[in-house]
Amino acid sequence: MDKMIYMDHSATTPVKKEVLQEMLPYFSEFYGNPSSVYQLSSKSKLAIDKAREQVAKGIGAKKNEIYFTGGGSEADNWAIKGIAYRHREKGNHIITSKIEHHAVLHTCEYLQKQGFEVTYLDVDEYGMVRLEELEAAIKENTILISIMFANNEIGTIQPIKEIGQIARKHKVLFHTDAVQAVGSLRIDVNEMNIDLLSMSAHKLYGPKGVGALYIRQGTRIDPLIAGGAQERNKRAGTENIAGIVGTGKAVELAYDNLEENNRKLIALRERLIKGIQDKIPHVRLNGHPEKRLPGNVNFCFQFIEGEALLLSLDMVGVAGSSGSACTSGSLDPSHVLLSIGLPHEIAHGSLRLSLGLANTEEEVDYVVDQLTGIVDRLRMMSPLYDKIQGGI
Amino acid sequence: MYSEKVMEHFTQPRNVGEIENADGVGEVGNAKCGDIMRMYLKIDGDVITDVKFKTFGCGSAIASSSMATELIKGKTLKEAMELTNKAVADALDGLPPVKMHCSVLAEQAIKSALVDYSKKSGVKIEGLEDVDFDDEHLHDLPENEEE
Ligand SMILES: Cc1ncc(COP(=O)(O)O)c(C=O)c1O
Repeated sequence: MDKMIYMDHSATTPVKKEVLQEMLPYFSEFYGNPSSVYQLSSKSKLAIDKAREQVAKGIGAKKNEIYFTGGGSEADNWAIKGIAYRHREKGNHIITSKIEHHAVLHTCEYLQKQGFEVTYLDVDEYGMVRLEELEAAIKENTILISIMFANNEIGTIQPIKEIGQIARKHKVLFHTDAVQAVGSLRIDVNEMNIDLLSMSAHKLYGPKGVGALYIRQGTRIDPLIAGGAQERNKRAGTENIAGIVGTGKAVELAYDNLEENNRKLIALRERLIKGIQDKIPHVRLNGHPEKRLPGNVNFCFQFIEGEALLLSLDMVGVAGSSGSACTSGSLDPSHVLLSIGLPHEIAHGSLRLSLGLANTEEEVDYVVDQLTGIVDRLRMMSPLYDKIQGGI
Repeated sequence: MYSEKVMEHFTQPRNVGEIENADGVGEVGNAKCGDIMRMYLKIDGDVITDVKFKTFGCGSAIASSSMATELIKGKTLKEAMELTNKAVADALDGLPPVKMHCSVLAEQAIKSALVDYSKKSGVKIEGLEDVDFDDEHLHDLPENEEE
């Protein structure tokens, strides 16, 4: 196979042709600043309005509850800092989980330095937050619960509706980082009692550097970016019109075709999981067997290290990712893998393959085939493997 | 990210395997940190006649092991003692800064095998007593700008 097989859709996705088509006129043709009064700028205004409608519809929100941002990280930062600072007089306690994306974790760590108190909930072996623990962690001074909708590494989907009920019952605001979920899972912010939701366009075949924060009407929140009156005084800065148009279109397309796409992705996912489990010994599937993102596959291959695995896959044209320390640029393997109870040496051997709409059964079979050889080759080199073989 | 040399030694590592009845065996690193290297030496008089390795680790750990074995094969014990991690990294046309510890590990694996040989055979090897096998400092990352 000489073309690249891209299986890293949780990292990012290509912009869909239809999305790009919608975006293009807003670079050089309809470039007007939407804050201006002349006719050219009304084009931009209308375009943003339409995109806001599309995003709102995707998650069951009202149009005026969608605020465009510069991506998922900004939405996470804004939701958490904005709520923390605005509600400080009411309390200074935030509850989140140990497996959040760094956009949430590092924001919470920052707030701790500012005097806030943060509870990081443990998760079970599948990466699920335990509802009893969540409820027990709520205190008088709790102002925010922030739990991700679905995990970017192991794909585990949290019981969001139940978490929303608990938050509502205790009158605590509920934010969810749904960057991996929007466009992949059905979401209804009202049915799920979600007060704030972060999303990012580049995970659903939209452009990078643009996303949105849903803020339930009536929720008091401080702005993160101060300046002009854009986004109804809540998020300053001349709008990224083309990016916003692309976000709207991407969300619309994802939800118009969700069931069909997911049927396809889940079939590929199960084929890949089964292929690996059948062909390769000493592997462990990470994440929940059913409650997982349609395209997420995450395995640990014992006795070998993830970066070596990724390099070898890259040599045969396969793009994936790993939670090994060597790929994270830090000393420790992924905090998510450690949080589900994996020992360091196992976590170092992780591989995430995240499937997308362009992947095929042939590609999945090719990857299983290549992986079998690669894992075997690396194990033959590994001093950990021969200890096992030798029965020591 | 890696030089062609590193990739070449990663994809076609030299001297992988074990030596039965090796004269010296050394193992350094630990699984927790994500890299372990084990070196086997066959020694005839003053000369390393054969060397093999097994490594659990990333691409640069495997390439460093491979290169280190190449650099000491057929060499005298004294020459092997003089092999530095920098020489291993240079021979690989350089390693990224965060991966330099892989070359340190390779140097240590050789010395650790020499220690084993020295113990078993009673042959004294100059300089061995000063070797520091503490790998705590191995993972020193480049200065982080924050904090
Ligand atoms: C769960 C999660 N949250 C937040 C982000 C950050 O989003 P962005 O890259 O748009 O800033 C990502 C993507 O890397 C993610 O997977």
